[in-house]
Amino acid sequence: MSGGPRLAGGDFLRFVPALTLVLFLAPVAAGLVGTWLPAFGYLPVLGGERFTLAPWIHLLAQPGLGESLRLTLLSGLLSTLVTFALVVLLLAACHGGRLLMALHSAMAPLIAVPHAAVALGLAFLIAPSGWLVRLVSPWATGWNLPPDVATVQDPNALALILGLVVKELPFLLLATLAALGQVRADERLAVARSLGYGPVTAWVKAVLPAVYPQIRLPVYAVLAYALSVVDMALILGPLTPPTLAVQVLRWFNDPDLSLRFTAAAGASLQLLVVAGGIALWRLGEIVAGRLGRGWIAGGARGGNARFLRAAAAGPVLLLVTLAVLGLVALALWSVTRRWRYPDALPSAFALETWARQAPEAGAVAGTTLAVGLIAAGIALVLALACLENEQRRGLTLGSRALWLLYTPLLVPQVAFLFGAQVLAIQTRIDATWLAVVWSHLLFVVPYVFLTLGDPYRALDARYARAALCLGARPARVFWQVKLPMLLQPVLLAAAVGFAVSVTQYLPTLFAGGGRFATLTTEAVGLATGGDRRVVAVYAFLQALLPLVAFVGALTLPHLLLRPRHPALDRAPA
Amino acid sequence: MFRRCLPPLSLLLAALAGFAGGGAAAAEEKRPWDDIVAAAEGQAVYWNAWGGDEKVNAYIAWVGDQVKERYDVTLNHVRLADTADAVSRVLAERAAGKDRGGSIDLIWINGENFAAMKEQGLLYGPFTEVLPNFRLVDFKDKPTTLIDFAVPTDGYESPWGMAKLNFIYDSARVEQTPGSIPALLDWARAHPGRFTYPAPPDFLGSTFLKQVLVELAPGPDILQQPVASDAQFAEVTAPLWNYLDALHPHLWRDGKTFPASGPAQRQLLDDGEVDITLSFYPAEASSAIASNLLPETARTFVLDGGTIGNTHFVAIPFNANAPEAAMVVANFLLSPEAQAVKQSAEAWGDDTVLDLSKLSEGDRHLFSTLSRGVATLPPDELGPTLLEPHPSWMTAIEEEWRRRYAG
Repeated sequence: MSGGPRLAGGDFLRFVPALTLVLFLAPVAAGLVGTWLPAFGYLPVLGGERFTLAPWIHLLAQPGLGESLRLTLLSGLLSTLVTFALVVLLLAACHGGRLLMALHSAMAPLIAVPHAAVALGLAFLIAPSGWLVRLVSPWATGWNLPPDVATVQDPNALALILGLVVKELPFLLLATLAALGQVRADERLAVARSLGYGPVTAWVKAVLPAVYPQIRLPVYAVLAYALSVVDMALILGPLTPPTLAVQVLRWFNDPDLSLRFTAAAGASLQLLVVAGGIALWRLGEIVAGRLGRGWIAGGARGGNARFLRAAAAGPVLLLVTLAVLGLVALALWSVTRRWRYPDALPSAFALETWARQAPEAGAVAGTTLAVGLIAAGIALVLALACLENEQRRGLTLGSRALWLLYTPLLVPQVAFLFGAQVLAIQTRIDATWLAVVWSHLLFVVPYVFLTLGDPYRALDARYARAALCLGARPARVFWQVKLPMLLQPVLLAAAVGFAVSVTQYLPTLFAGGGRFATLTTEAVGLATGGDRRVVAVYAFLQALLPLVAFVGALTLPHLLLRPRHPALDRAPA
Repeated sequence: MFRRCLPPLSLLLAALAGFAGGGAAAAEEKRPWDDIVAAAEGQAVYWNAWGGDEKVNAYIAWVGDQVKERYDVTLNHVRLADTADAVSRVLAERAAGKDRGGSIDLIWINGENFAAMKEQGLLYGPFTEVLPNFRLVDFKDKPTTLIDFAVPTDGYESPWGMAKLNFIYDSARVEQTPGSIPALLDWARAHPGRFTYPAPPDFLGSTFLKQVLVELAPGPDILQQPVASDAQFAEVTAPLWNYLDALHPHLWRDGKTFPASGPAQRQLLDDGEVDITLSFYPAEASSAIASNLLPETARTFVLDGGTIGNTHFVAIPFNANAPEAAMVVANFLLSPEAQAVKQSAEAWGDDTVLDLSKLSEGDRHLFSTLSRGVATLPPDELGPTLLEPHPSWMTAIEEEWRRRYAG
């Protein structure tokens, strides 16, 4: 066991980054092509043998397409704009303060809660006969019957926008907080403040221009997601007609196979919408940059603007409260026997729904757990191997590589999943565990990588160097020094990966061939059905699994390692 | 439920595997019943049936216990989200050349799915004539047991139960229920925002449209034939669109949005957002009250001129692995005992396909002693059953509805 195995190990590591890229970019690329071909009439198995514009003509002739586009752009752009504005306002008004830290820790668990569960909780809450109205009716409102107002699935998709903001706010806030460290925000702020700028103005003028390039990709990811979301739109968005992504899914699912061509054209249009949305945002960046430069150079100091703290914290607090109340509503409904409008609380509780659903929900939760653990495990191995390879070979991750990493998060799922499915069918892996796990990996790998990258690179290189000097081989350094010290961030990255896997709706549907039931597909599938108590059981479980994973990731290292590794305390979290 | 409209994704699989095309040669079942029962002994039946209703699932489990005990047939309920999935799997199996030993032995089916399977030659049989209990079926007053959505069954599917459009209302809020489609419009005018219907192509929403069409169309017989031309479609359906144009402003949410499904609208009724919902099972109101999904005051009404009804069936795929045992199960499903249990509100509440006058005194007694449930109308108050229009009308109406109201 001299140099040989080490060399082999290093050689193996060298290929992991390429392998990872191929693993999760190839399906996206092949899927896009596989969607574009039928969009232009080519899909021989369905009789499309030559290229034609007929699918596009048929698509454009679809009733309601214009309205679908309007809803898509409105909900996508507005929700991203509101989310971004709230993040900026909150950070500018509360930079480094205790209020921010409190809001942050209240929001962090929300990242783990899947979109569908948040949406269902909100729907239970804000519907005209929802919990909020029940709490104040009829004594305060006089509403003996629920008001006939669309507060969910409303014609302007406002409920969908609310849901998106609630869910994306914690993500963007965390991403921005992480980026602040990289641009030395505190120093910038101190300098600006010493020049007499008010706190908020100082942040917007001195920190924002520096931090924005760092969070551009997360912002684009939020925008792309909001423009193409399906599960939330099915629950909170209008359905006659729905947003484009939902409509495309309907065409894909139509028993009339000729509509697959229309669907493929619609999926390609969805890609154009996202590309257009990002281009529009980029244009906004440029305009804001131009205008902002003049404003910054103008030198206005701005006032103390303390009122902005309330203006920023108020809405954020409200949003977090809504999300948490929604989850409480889910929990309540799952143990309800009877809860009629306008009772503020259920008139009868029972565990019968849980008891009746136990066998099936247990099996579905088992599938969800298994897929999630396998996907998170594989993603973790790949990410660790890539990062370790990067360190051993002294590489740094360029911004172009970062773009590659973000690709699956920027390309709308409906735009490539159909093509990927055709590919899976042709290779006879559709509706298998392999296909489902792989489809999840496309989204799990980037998040695991993004979560683990910073702490991994931030680990003080002197630990590894000291171990190497003591004669340890790189592999031993990795297993016995780095991994134990990084146990917490590694487990957290795994928890993030697991949560991302649990959330997946469309990939499960497409790769699973409709035969893989996860908590997400069940919760969304049941959402339009009649029994809130059953929906609540699935949505609650769906929210619970990732939360448990996070709690486990946070507590396990302390339980396992504290006695043996005092150094753990100094490991970056 | 959304997932019921979910994809026959495997249809694509079938297409990709390469369409074989053409019907497999169907052979009429002619063996004596005793031989079939003997062959069925020890066989396992994989019954693909929609699994979205707990009561139905429990009933199927009961059937499984019975056929195990009586015929040594093992029944496995494969719970489907959408029956079209089973259709596409059979299609895929034929495309792959699997002409025997298929994965499905029995399918719960009707309407479009049956029409598709029959046309493609994917069904076993004709087999119903050999089932001893088949002759107990009420062909006279329940013509839909032989004609499924205007398509003759020709012995390729065995009737199982009767469905019929009815309306559920909360008697605590509604005093006078409308007795016809025009009266429903007057009611909606007088009670703005208190009625709606599920958005087509949800089957209850589509059925409501068909009900309006059948009641208002100049000559209902035309509807039993396929749509002949665009001009004919425009002429025949004009009263329907005039009616909806008049109705929609008075609906829930001003008719700008619609519930996603029948169960979703039932939830709206329970929440007090609307006063009336639609159902396909005469016993649904009673059953929902028992499950705490509707208030005790929920009741059922039908329209004086009759409502659209149909029959649901079981069929056997051409490549079934255990066709004998599947026939034994189909025959048991038609037995007076199984039909009576199915019709009881506690078990399921699904109406029988049998002609009670053909039964023995003892078997008739099984039905007469059934508890009907507080909100279920007695059979003689359910009104006449109107025939489903030819499937081509439904497709065309759904498309036109989307163009007019979901654009």
